[in-house]
Amino acid sequence: MSSVRVLVGTHKGAFILTSDGKRKNWKVSGPFFAGFDIYHVKGSPADPNRIYASQTSGWFGQILQRSNDGGQTWEPVGNKFAYEGETHTHQWYDGTPHPWEFKRVWHLEPSLTDPDTVYAGIEDAAIFRTIDGGLNWAELPGLRGHGTGPRWQPGAGGMCLHTIILDPSDPNRIFIAISAAGAFRTDDGGLTWKPINKGLRSQYIPDPNAEVGHCVHHIAMHPQRPGVLFMQKHWDVMRSNDAGDNWHEVSGNLPTDFGFVIDIHAHEPETLYVVPIKSDSEHYPIDGALQVYRSRSGGNEWEALTTGLPQQNCYVNVLRDAMAVDSLDQCGIYFGTTGGQVYASADAGDNWMPIVENLPAVLSVEVQTLP
Amino acid sequence: MTAVSEIRVELPQHLRTLAQTGIEVQLEVAMPITIDAVLDAIEARYPMLRGTIRDHVTHKRRDFLRFFACQQDLSHDPTDTPLPQAIVSGVEPLIILGAIAGG
Repeated sequence: MSSVRVLVGTHKGAFILTSDGKRKNWKVSGPFFAGFDIYHVKGSPADPNRIYASQTSGWFGQILQRSNDGGQTWEPVGNKFAYEGETHTHQWYDGTPHPWEFKRVWHLEPSLTDPDTVYAGIEDAAIFRTIDGGLNWAELPGLRGHGTGPRWQPGAGGMCLHTIILDPSDPNRIFIAISAAGAFRTDDGGLTWKPINKGLRSQYIPDPNAEVGHCVHHIAMHPQRPGVLFMQKHWDVMRSNDAGDNWHEVSGNLPTDFGFVIDIHAHEPETLYVVPIKSDSEHYPIDGALQVYRSRSGGNEWEALTTGLPQQNCYVNVLRDAMAVDSLDQCGIYFGTTGGQVYASADAGDNWMPIVENLPAVLSVEVQTLP
Repeated sequence: MTAVSEIRVELPQHLRTLAQTGIEVQLEVAMPITIDAVLDAIEARYPMLRGTIRDHVTHKRRDFLRFFACQQDLSHDPTDTPLPQAIVSGVEPLIILGAIAGG
């Protein structure tokens, strides 16, 4: 019988939640790397027992962990992220040039085919790659060296490269997103990159239609339809039908189109999930009611999913990497909150239940569907 | 033949966990004994600690770590300054301490 393994990164350690395919009874393991910020934990699609974790700390810097046995045991691997060539500058909060400085790894994206190859999205924004299971990391400098680099600037959470999407139909195509620079795409395996922000409109920057400077929060792609992308921007939920070349808004009837997460049903490429958050100055659900919104039409028409979710006095946030879907026949949806809850729905969002309720603030959620 | 000395170093809890050591490690360090020399020896013995005490490239001490020895804070001394004789002789440990900050 199939099973699922949910990988949870929190503000004070990692946790692994496992269940059989019914997804009713859960075993909770952890904390792993107790006391550390675990920004992201993700398994290799090519070898589910190979899992990587980004362990960071204001005291001890960046540590990268690797497991070869599905998260039972871990070993530290390489943690040296040295920018390639000249450091260059980006724009600081006060508008002055500021040199790129490595701070932490936000996102790990294992290759679709090789367990030893992983991409890392870091702060200050750059993309790195290992091809030896994490021992050594090398920058793909074409992104940071892109002509607009000096105009990139940090969002409130830092200038982080937080989203990496590998196109299963084209190994040379990768999508990434940076707060607050925007979305970029390479079609040559990371050698060169171009901004893909046409159609984004951000009132909070001097030119709302600028080529770069947009605060993209997250992007999702359905693997069977890699040309279609969905984006949760700072404000606005967006859709592109041409691999990011052009975007249009699909916020439709959402009660607020601010939010962080966005994801897609495993078997229905037009079924989307977001968690509307009140505003950029009030990072919690409207009226204290936690609601996932689902669109079955690729956006614009949304329905609230509330069964099993707290509908009063709930003032948590759901961060950008904290939602995931499994690929069981009845698609499971998972998300974690800054209040330490991890919720699961075994029926595509109709009904929810908490797997755990009192973890440290959840930074990321990934799920592995195991045979 | 290079003269060496056996140095005692106390590590903060999280680094002990990472390196799978006890509270104190003992290292043979070539003279002259400086913070640089001790950290070189630690990182050679425990490669997983590279980058956690000082920056990989610049070797700058991480902001929230401190170097204490013989009831002195040596954190702001040049890292090539010879350490006190009590450290060199192994009577006192070099203490690497996580600052009390944050939550």
